[in-house]
Amino acid sequence: MINFQYSCASDVTEAIGLLAAHSGAKLIAGGTNLIDLMKESVEKPTRLIDISRLPLRQIEETGDGGLHIGALVPNSDLAYHPLIEERYPLLASAILAGASAQLRNMASVGGNLMQRTRCAYFYDTATPCNKRTPGSGCSAVDGLNRNHAILGTSAFCIATNPSDMSVALAALDAVVHIAGPSGERTMGMREFHRLPGDTPHVDTNLERSEIITAIELPPRGFAGNYSYLKIRDRVSYAFAIVSVAAALEFDGHAIRKARLALGGVAHKPWCSVEAEAALQGQPATTDHFARAADLLLQGARTYAHNGFKVELARRAVMRTLTQAANASPQSQAHKKIA
Amino acid sequence: MNGYVGTATSRVDGRAKVTGAAKYAGEFAADGLLHGFVVTATIPRGRITRLDASGALKVKGVVDVLTHAHRHPLADKDEAWKDEVAPEKGSPFRPLYDDSIKFNDQPIALVVAEDWETAKFAATLLDVAYQEEPFATDLEAERGSATEVQKPHEPRGDAAAALAGAAIRHEADYLVPTEHHNPMELYATTAVWEVDRLTVYDKTQGVQNVQKFLCSVFGKTPDEIRVISPYVGGAFGSGLRPQYQVVLATLAALQLKRSVRIVLTRHQMYGLGYRPETIEHVGLGARPDGTLDAVVHEAIAVTSRYEEFSRNDTGWAEQLYKSANSRYSHQLVRLDVATPCDMRAPGAASGVWALECAMDELANALKLDPVELRLKCYSDRDQSEDLPYTSKQLRACYRQAAAAFGWSNRNPAPRSMRDGKELVGWGMATGIWEALQMPVAARIVLTANGHAEVSSAASDIGTGTYTIVAQVAADALGLPMDNITVKLADSSLPQAPVEGGSWMAASSAHAVLAAAEDIRQELARLAVAMAGSPLAGTDPADVILSEGMIAVGSDKSRSVSIADAMRSGSLERIEKEKLNHFAEDKSHARNTHSAVFAEVKIDEELGVIRVTRVVNAVAAGRILNTKTGRSQVMGSVVWGIGMALHEEAVMDHRFGRIMNANIAEYHIPVNADIHDIDVIFVDEQDEHINKLGIKGLGEIGIVGVPAAIANAVYHATGRRVRRFPITLDKLLS
Ligand SMILES: Cc1cc2nc3c(=O)[nH]c(=O)nc-3n(C[C@H](O)[C@H](O)[C@H](O)COP(=O)(O)OP(=O)(O)OC[C@H]3O[C@@H](n4cnc5c(N)ncnc54)[C@H](O)[C@@H]3O)c2cc1C
Ligand code: SF4
Repeated sequence: MINFQYSCASDVTEAIGLLAAHSGAKLIAGGTNLIDLMKESVEKPTRLIDISRLPLRQIEETGDGGLHIGALVPNSDLAYHPLIEERYPLLASAILAGASAQLRNMASVGGNLMQRTRCAYFYDTATPCNKRTPGSGCSAVDGLNRNHAILGTSAFCIATNPSDMSVALAALDAVVHIAGPSGERTMGMREFHRLPGDTPHVDTNLERSEIITAIELPPRGFAGNYSYLKIRDRVSYAFAIVSVAAALEFDGHAIRKARLALGGVAHKPWCSVEAEAALQGQPATTDHFARAADLLLQGARTYAHNGFKVELARRAVMRTLTQAANASPQSQAHKKIA
Repeated sequence: MNGYVGTATSRVDGRAKVTGAAKYAGEFAADGLLHGFVVTATIPRGRITRLDASGALKVKGVVDVLTHAHRHPLADKDEAWKDEVAPEKGSPFRPLYDDSIKFNDQPIALVVAEDWETAKFAATLLDVAYQEEPFATDLEAERGSATEVQKPHEPRGDAAAALAGAAIRHEADYLVPTEHHNPMELYATTAVWEVDRLTVYDKTQGVQNVQKFLCSVFGKTPDEIRVISPYVGGAFGSGLRPQYQVVLATLAALQLKRSVRIVLTRHQMYGLGYRPETIEHVGLGARPDGTLDAVVHEAIAVTSRYEEFSRNDTGWAEQLYKSANSRYSHQLVRLDVATPCDMRAPGAASGVWALECAMDELANALKLDPVELRLKCYSDRDQSEDLPYTSKQLRACYRQAAAAFGWSNRNPAPRSMRDGKELVGWGMATGIWEALQMPVAARIVLTANGHAEVSSAASDIGTGTYTIVAQVAADALGLPMDNITVKLADSSLPQAPVEGGSWMAASSAHAVLAAAEDIRQELARLAVAMAGSPLAGTDPADVILSEGMIAVGSDKSRSVSIADAMRSGSLERIEKEKLNHFAEDKSHARNTHSAVFAEVKIDEELGVIRVTRVVNAVAAGRILNTKTGRSQVMGSVVWGIGMALHEEAVMDHRFGRIMNANIAEYHIPVNADIHDIDVIFVDEQDEHINKLGIKGLGEIGIVGVPAAIANAVYHATGRRVRRFPITLDKLLS
């Protein structure tokens, strides 16, 4: 733990102003990720800007039939909101697959999008890590990497993004609302997180003085045919080894629209337009699911301990698509995979 | 005796625990209390070349930074550092003793400040440099350097030849990874300083062990240091030896002449003892009918470079299975790690896993039902000493557990049973543990109002000692349990060893019984001698204590109240203290036994494993309290599930560091991983072991569970995983 200054922002403009004025400052919302990282001396902000009191806690309908979700809506409130349960159950399910009830009560939407990797080396300041200390090297590439990425990796970093919520948001093609010193802008969820490349210390395309104000869900919610399946080392309260968000819309027996995103396999929720296109217009058969899975996993590269992830991901994609097609989504309350 | 013993009695300390009234070591207050934060090494081996605390000392609120170069004197002889439980061979670790680094996360400094946050912050400002030295932490890579340690089991016959010549032979290595106890309560000490003495509140399984240890390390007398540990939030063996924070808190208090509290972090808990990573090699040779001719069990386990820690991993077959030839060996590989320590059923949890998995593999090779094979080889005697058992209801365990589980419906072929997308597997294993007992003293103070205070230095580490002591005392004194107050875990109370090895129930119960007998004699003497006593002329040996009265048998007309008897002798209180020794008896082997049956369901495509049912039938003599006893066994089963499926401290051998030193990444089962657990206590009358026929339950419940699960996984999938934990990747690859 380190010493830091603390300010409490009363509106978004003030928060942005404080961020711009203090180069070492960080926003704090629920604190469930940032405080842990500060305790381990991984994050060392000189100032915390508390945004938990900003008026960003509404869930409102947008003009075109979508939903606008404030960045400070707690994960639990979002998952149990009637409009989410009814129209975007995929999102509700993904959130409930993450962390524990206590953590979800504290965690905010913005904080969840911004949570950092769980790579063990990132957390341990006694070991090299390019994400924590640029240029120090990646301990995972030749080290313990059972739970590391298989897609979109670089020689600099093979970490995964741990968020479950983000995977569903990517599948749903959500839009991130951002405010910064030069005004407001939006960014598609699929563009929000970055691949590590040679700058693994930069997780997202958010600029330093910007703040997430909201998430917008488009009208299409795939409430009929969806599933979120999370495979992990124990049934609950563990990060994904592989997770899959699948959403389908049917036109008779043919798939009209398909959305797929993978968690636990890359530095960002992993999507493939080709994989989705391969399903569109096709019947929901094992062959087509397999083809989509192969396209989604194209280019996968494995390391010493995570070779099993490719086949696991492939099977998980097929299972999740089957669940979605059968309108029998994975329940996050059951002690069993359907 | 009748009444409370043997019944499902709720914990007497339950209310204090759930309301937060129970105080733990890190919760005691003192005037001017200082807080220490431990700084730990980031390399596994070498020397400290620079340890500059000047930055930390500048922080407002920092009182001092203790290091090997700046500290109060510590004893320098190894003997002074050997506590009751220390390994015989070796030189115990001494925190802040010198500049050498012996393992990663070893304490190297203690920052002491007015509050914990300041200490923690200042700790980040220490400037430390090392001279690193070559190190080794990888057991499998260093296997070749293993050396033999002496163990009690002598070879019988020629096991190597018998194994080589056996019609059916099975040989394999089984691997147990490093496992950590992870008790909920963090290790903590509050050392309360006064001019002439220290009161040390410590998380420990043995207050007198810690007291003796601190006295020898700091050159104090027992009246200068008192150690108290009224409640312990789990320890499971990790609190048998004094941990380094108790040394550091005492050191700081003596150096600064102030009261000091230290609470370790969860990460720092991984720098303490652990269940050592062990390669268990088992060889079994049998005839086609299942008769065993050879048993070989070799364990190769980790220890530190500075101490030889080892337990009895091998040799359990000597007690379980008849074989004409056997050979056991225990080897140690010395690595640059902290010394391992006891962890629930040390030795047995690891060794019996390998043995019972090997027995399952042998049963498969023989095409015999696994239960049948075990009955075929059943040994009514401990073969190593050729002794009978004080009692051994293991056959009944197999029978009752199999019936409750529905074992007769099992299709023996692997992959033959399924439930939808899941493969179903049924497996079983045997459990065994020792029934030990130790000298313990208890004091009873009976007051004329019919209240008794029972006290002993024994600990209650969550096992229920407070409750069983109250039960036994109430029955022995013929008083309601509400009239009994129990005081434990204070070094100033009557003598007790550490609480471990499942010996405390039997040992403390008989101490209470012995002290109560002295009370009975005194009351009998008073009652018989009273003027006009209805007991006049009775032989005091025939006098009993019942329902608050001193009586002859059940004849209500011939009784005297305790109050009247004490008044007649002008006594306000009767105080009796007794040290109970169990008669030495080498004519019998003493063990507890169990039969564990487990059902797993495994998603065939995804490899996800669920343990859907466990039946554990335990024969452990008389069960003092069926409620706390059942909880003990259920908790053990949960742990066994974790051992089979989840637990592993993962070390990066390039750094010699554990990379999942936190409970987000070091997995233990969560509620969602737990399904049906059925505990059966098999009736076992034991007239030899001790007066009450008690054997102890703390450890037997885990032994056998991991093997039953591993065997069920094989039955479900046809895949034999010999390396714990059984994670889904091991089933997919
Ligand atoms: C033991 C444990 C298990 C967990 N398991 C899971 C799991 O299984 N799945 C899962 O998905 N998650 C899991 N989590 C992570 C959890 O979801 C995140 O910690 C949480 O979502 C973070 O939200 P927060 O509001 O607390 O963020 P904070 O900790 O407050 O902030 C996190 C980061 O986000 C930034 N930030 C916050 N709000 C904004 C904003 N509006 N604009 C820009 N930046 C912002 C902060 O500056 C900070 O860098 C787990 C966490 C723990 C501790
Ligand atoms: S994978 Fe990324 S986060 Fe992990 S050690 Fe390498 S650089 Fe650091």
